[in-house]
Amino acid sequence: MSAVLQRCAAVAVALFLSGAAWAVQPGEMLDDPALEARAREISAGLRCPVCRNESIDESNATLSADLRLLVRERLVAGDTDQEVVDFVVSRYGEFVLLRPDASGANLVLWLAAPALLLIGLGIGWTTIRRRQPAKEEALSDAEKARLDEIMRS
Amino acid sequence: MITELGHFALILAFAIGILQMIVPMVGAHKGWRGWMAFAEPAATSQFILVSFAFAALTWAFVTSDFSLRLVYLNSHSAKPLIYKISGVWGNHEGSMLLWILILTLFGACAAWFGGYLPAPLRARVLAVQSAVTVAFYAFILFTSNPFLRLETPPFDGQDLNPLLQDPGLAFHPPFLYLGYVGLSMSFSFAVAALIEGKVDAAWGRWVRPWTLAAWLFLTIGIALGSWWAYYELGWGGFWFWDPVENASFMPWLLAAALLHSAVVVEKREALKSWTILLAILAFGFSLLGAFIVRSGVLTSVHAFANDPERGVYLLIILGIFLGGALTLYAARAGEMEAKGVFSTVSRESGIVLNNILLAVSAFVVFIGTIWPLFAEMIVGRTLSVGAPFFDAAFTPFFIAIAIALPLGSMLAWKRGSLSRVARPLRGVLLVSVALAALAYAIQSGNSAVGPVGVALGAWVVLGAVTDVWQRTGREGFGKRLARLRRLPRADWGKTVAHAGLGVTIFGVAAITAWQIEDIRVAEIGDRWAVGQFEVELRQIEQAQGPNYVTTLATMAVWKGDREVVVLTPEKRFYPVASMPTTEAAISNGILRDLYLVIGDPQVGGGYAVRTYIKPFANWIWGGAMFMALGGLISLSDRRLRVAAGARRPDAVPAE
Repeated sequence: MSAVLQRCAAVAVALFLSGAAWAVQPGEMLDDPALEARAREISAGLRCPVCRNESIDESNATLSADLRLLVRERLVAGDTDQEVVDFVVSRYGEFVLLRPDASGANLVLWLAAPALLLIGLGIGWTTIRRRQPAKEEALSDAEKARLDEIMRS
Repeated sequence: MITELGHFALILAFAIGILQMIVPMVGAHKGWRGWMAFAEPAATSQFILVSFAFAALTWAFVTSDFSLRLVYLNSHSAKPLIYKISGVWGNHEGSMLLWILILTLFGACAAWFGGYLPAPLRARVLAVQSAVTVAFYAFILFTSNPFLRLETPPFDGQDLNPLLQDPGLAFHPPFLYLGYVGLSMSFSFAVAALIEGKVDAAWGRWVRPWTLAAWLFLTIGIALGSWWAYYELGWGGFWFWDPVENASFMPWLLAAALLHSAVVVEKREALKSWTILLAILAFGFSLLGAFIVRSGVLTSVHAFANDPERGVYLLIILGIFLGGALTLYAARAGEMEAKGVFSTVSRESGIVLNNILLAVSAFVVFIGTIWPLFAEMIVGRTLSVGAPFFDAAFTPFFIAIAIALPLGSMLAWKRGSLSRVARPLRGVLLVSVALAALAYAIQSGNSAVGPVGVALGAWVVLGAVTDVWQRTGREGFGKRLARLRRLPRADWGKTVAHAGLGVTIFGVAAITAWQIEDIRVAEIGDRWAVGQFEVELRQIEQAQGPNYVTTLATMAVWKGDREVVVLTPEKRFYPVASMPTTEAAISNGILRDLYLVIGDPQVGGGYAVRTYIKPFANWIWGGAMFMALGGLISLSDRRLRVAAGARRPDAVPAE
């Protein structure tokens, strides 16, 4: 099945479970726009624990709505962004982080591609250098004169 | 009866496929003309038989034959006719039959238009293609048969998922599959070349149109899917880095790399073994995508394979074809001596850089997609990898591609000079930076995404224009203009496709940086400001559709005193599937989309209403269409036509 089909299925399942509420609800939002913007930013990085692959900001599940309120409660209580995220992770585990931290084995995830780029560039560079054509000799004076003649004619 | 005939036709095609896999291969090995010639009628009859099977299944859907299990599960008698037809591939079994139909279509095309190929190569290509098809015949017949009957036919069906009852379903999967499956031709050519042990300029020329066709279909398919998600899912997201999307994106990136490296094989007889590897990997990733999508292994982390039987079977197919091809590659790749040498600064090196960056980009997507599986199996950590990771890890490589593109595409073959290329691009750089500064001055926030996107987009688009202009020589303006019209179509294709990439980059950056969102409770008669517009909720009524009931809102959008547009977002409910959907109302524009969504009635009165202003949204898919158009223009180039060289058989030394 294609991307959208799967996505639709995921949405459909989420809808079925939650009874159709669409992502962030007006009633959930904070009055302070700066705080609300931070809440949206944090929510976009937290995965809905019962959905397929959605952040709590996009998700329609009831649990996501609860988590969105939780994030906002912590922000109102004066937590920093990091403290809010840490709090949610301490409850639901690192599964909720959509952007995994670069600790332990996750270093492989973050560094594999840059490493591969360096390896690729290294191999490409040395291969091209090794196959370098022998330097073509410059034209001699006589040849230059002959070339000029041809070009003029 | 028709259903049974369709089932029988599919089994017959399976049998012919097995023969076509063996007979021409033996013929090519022994040099028996008759055995080699078996491939063409076999490929044609496979296509005819599978077409018949597909038509039979479509007939069952159209006539709502609920004695068929698949029709019962995915259709309903009250469903509009177009969705009865597109519903054929809106499910696992039917989409697999479409996949096979396209496999046999490509096989048949290679038989019909492959008259110019040396007989042994054509026989081998068709045999390999048939081997791939046979694996999927077995898969569909043994694990996902669409022709199974129910013992007691129910009175009516369970209906198709309402979200799929959309014109998007009619076009998105067929294009996507033409792309995925089209890469099987590049794979077949690569394996056939490995078996023959010969890759030359002619091979590069033959494989290119097939890759180009597959890539352009994949481009259209992905763009259509992204557009569909944008208008259907109700919040205007266009790309989610979902495993299933990534499954289509990885082959696209590799096919793009393959397109470029095949040019080097054709023109310079270098990068041969790398090109073969890319062709194998591109189709390998198509198969991996099929596995990811259909096994459910990645979408639900806690249960290995929603349908273990299918997942395991697809894993075996993947293992056999990818493993087999790579083994063959390991044994034979060393024999492919590069003929053309080139210096460090040259078009060839530019394309090597393009290939490295595209391959690494594909690798980022790959490792991000499978990492949750790895982490859980190997280190026992249950974690997620989502959009924020891909945004951070993928974007730098694509920025590098965009920066390098105009420079690399203008370098001379064999030995180029950076300073000569840089001279005409100086103005382009200046304009790009100026536009970025302008964007930064106009925008309200301090975000760098918008200005960087403007700069990169302008750099790539204007770079492509400069490239094509530089090809017209150094004479007067009129002469250069005249020459512009006579440039080979391949040059125009390159320009249009590269410019399309720039347009898409700009669109993605613009919508990410400058979107305006407004979520509120509104009562009928309310009017509120969003950006430079005002939105008015006029009316809400209940209405009846063919197979749903709907809450229909009428909303007017104002700009100052002028009424810009009246939009009618809907919230539908499909009783058979017992499922609601949101139908956003969108006013499309070149500079912005207005995107309105009506939500649930609220406890205290009023309705939840969402308003989005999405700047330059259509540039994302418009750019993708330019890319596909560029591919199409290239494909129409005389030198690249599928049947190129058909009239000059002497151009290719037969074995």
